[in-house]
Amino acid sequence: MELTVLGQDEAAAAVADSGCSTGSCGSTNDQMSDLPDAIREKVQNHPCYSEEAHHYFARMHVAVAPACNIQCHYCNRKYDCSNESRPGVVSELLTPEQAIKKTKAVAANIPQMTVLGIAGPGDPLANPERTFETFRGLSEEAPDIKLCVSTNGLALPESVEELSKHNIDHVTITINCVDPKIGAQIYPWIYWNNRRIRGEKGAAILIEQQQKGLEMLVERGILVKVNSVMIPGVNDEHLKEVSRIVKSKGAFLHNVMPLIAEEEHGTFYGVMGQRGPEPEELQDLQDDCAGDMNMMRHCRQCRADAVGLLGEDRGEEFTLDKIEAMEIDYGAAMKTRAVVHAGIMEELDEKQAKRERLAAASVPDAQGLVDTRPVLMAVATSGGGLINQHFGHATEFLVYEASPNGVRFIGHRKVDQYCIGNDTCGEKESALSGSIRSLHGCEAVLCSKIGFEPWSQLEEAGIVPNGEHAMEPIEEAVLAVYREMAESGALEEPVPAARAQQVSA
Amino acid sequence: MSLSIVDSCVNCWACYDVCPSDAIYQSAPHFLIDAKKCTECEGDYAHPQCATICPIEEAILDAGGVAMNPPGSLTGIPPEKMAEAMLEFQSR
Repeated sequence: MELTVLGQDEAAAAVADSGCSTGSCGSTNDQMSDLPDAIREKVQNHPCYSEEAHHYFARMHVAVAPACNIQCHYCNRKYDCSNESRPGVVSELLTPEQAIKKTKAVAANIPQMTVLGIAGPGDPLANPERTFETFRGLSEEAPDIKLCVSTNGLALPESVEELSKHNIDHVTITINCVDPKIGAQIYPWIYWNNRRIRGEKGAAILIEQQQKGLEMLVERGILVKVNSVMIPGVNDEHLKEVSRIVKSKGAFLHNVMPLIAEEEHGTFYGVMGQRGPEPEELQDLQDDCAGDMNMMRHCRQCRADAVGLLGEDRGEEFTLDKIEAMEIDYGAAMKTRAVVHAGIMEELDEKQAKRERLAAASVPDAQGLVDTRPVLMAVATSGGGLINQHFGHATEFLVYEASPNGVRFIGHRKVDQYCIGNDTCGEKESALSGSIRSLHGCEAVLCSKIGFEPWSQLEEAGIVPNGEHAMEPIEEAVLAVYREMAESGALEEPVPAARAQQVSA
Repeated sequence: MSLSIVDSCVNCWACYDVCPSDAIYQSAPHFLIDAKKCTECEGDYAHPQCATICPIEEAILDAGGVAMNPPGSLTGIPPEKMAEAMLEFQSR
């Protein structure tokens, strides 16, 4: 996947014309290459913005912002659960002082931690004192940590001035609509000028504030990412317009995420039976919103108190009682951190250079394939851009699309682990069928190893298991498998039934 | 006259921040309203601010003990639908 600057259609088109865009000839992880240097500098070690960087750099959220100024139909303010991983959920609320201490403790113990975000559990800017006291303290005491904030945007215009004073170079605004009629189906009310304002009237104010805030941030040179929640039947079609508008106003990235709605969450959407999108629907919308460009596809929709690498949560190691007992010498920690960060950047740069060499070499291969249909493949990887994970150990699969244009990163699919290394799990079989279900639409799965049982079940499901490319770079292996499929005549077969619906859509 | 906070409160601080009379204070297991300080926002605002920002139905009662935000009024979930969902979830 490439991370493309929104609004730079011309540059992207020029690259495409040359016959080798970075995302279509092998260097799928090279998502930073199209960004202007100034932006690239700011995001290259940000785990949330790079499929590659997130294997090396860690992030954390501190839950200092409990109050909210709006209600969203996908949120339930009563929820507090340590076993769940989704936005808005949090176990332990922190005071700014505790948050600063926790951040320094994590940064000292996990030197790869580069980014501190405030994302809730309410809205950070509806808690300006708690949020800004935390940012002020960290700007002073831990200047090597990047700060970011995620907001619904209602209080954004009045906060821009204060935001621009701190070490904040990214703001995320969740924008689900630009039409109050659609907004009224997502936001039942807002708290505005000391009143609770409902329906379209409330949604109209929220939308106006979001757009105004976006423009003000862009004017001040603060990077803006826009998050949108895809709600099938409510805003799915509409998000294409949202994408076009926020792009034209200067947002540098648009992240379309799937609605999470389960009855047991007690949210409006969960209880009322609103479904989330199927992976294929999400992918189609992301493709449509992106136009010629790629979007952010590896967002893991973290908890408001997540700690560690993306997709993992080490929050348990840093509970309040544990950090109270820690003695942190942050001056010493900063020196260690600088060395660790430089080492990671060096490693990433080396990988990048290697990919560029491979990419140049792999172009003729891809070009040899004419008019073959695109194929989705799933990959089990624990990072480093290699196929290096056992099928049964994968907690998620990365999905790539191979076509005559080359290989591109499409997104990730979460799975329940079916193998935990012993036989104590009685639900092994059903969990395996769960991981197979999550691969819906994929025609092959590439992993380092795979057991006999899943092998035969995958084949039954029409997915070809492949363990022949262990430890090889992902894009090369996907392209090799695609070539094998083309040569064996598999691509002349019609698209398997499971995928047909999506392709015709 | 005073409003009161009851145990469905989730301690989100929203009311604490908007009370014009500093009548709301942190307590365990949940925030409380100092009846001596609460004015029900009379003279300050058209509507009591705590009940206007509170996201939790039935968490704030008026002086007569009646919920300011009755079931379904904030989430939009019809109470019978919510009861049905909870029943089904518990029976799983």
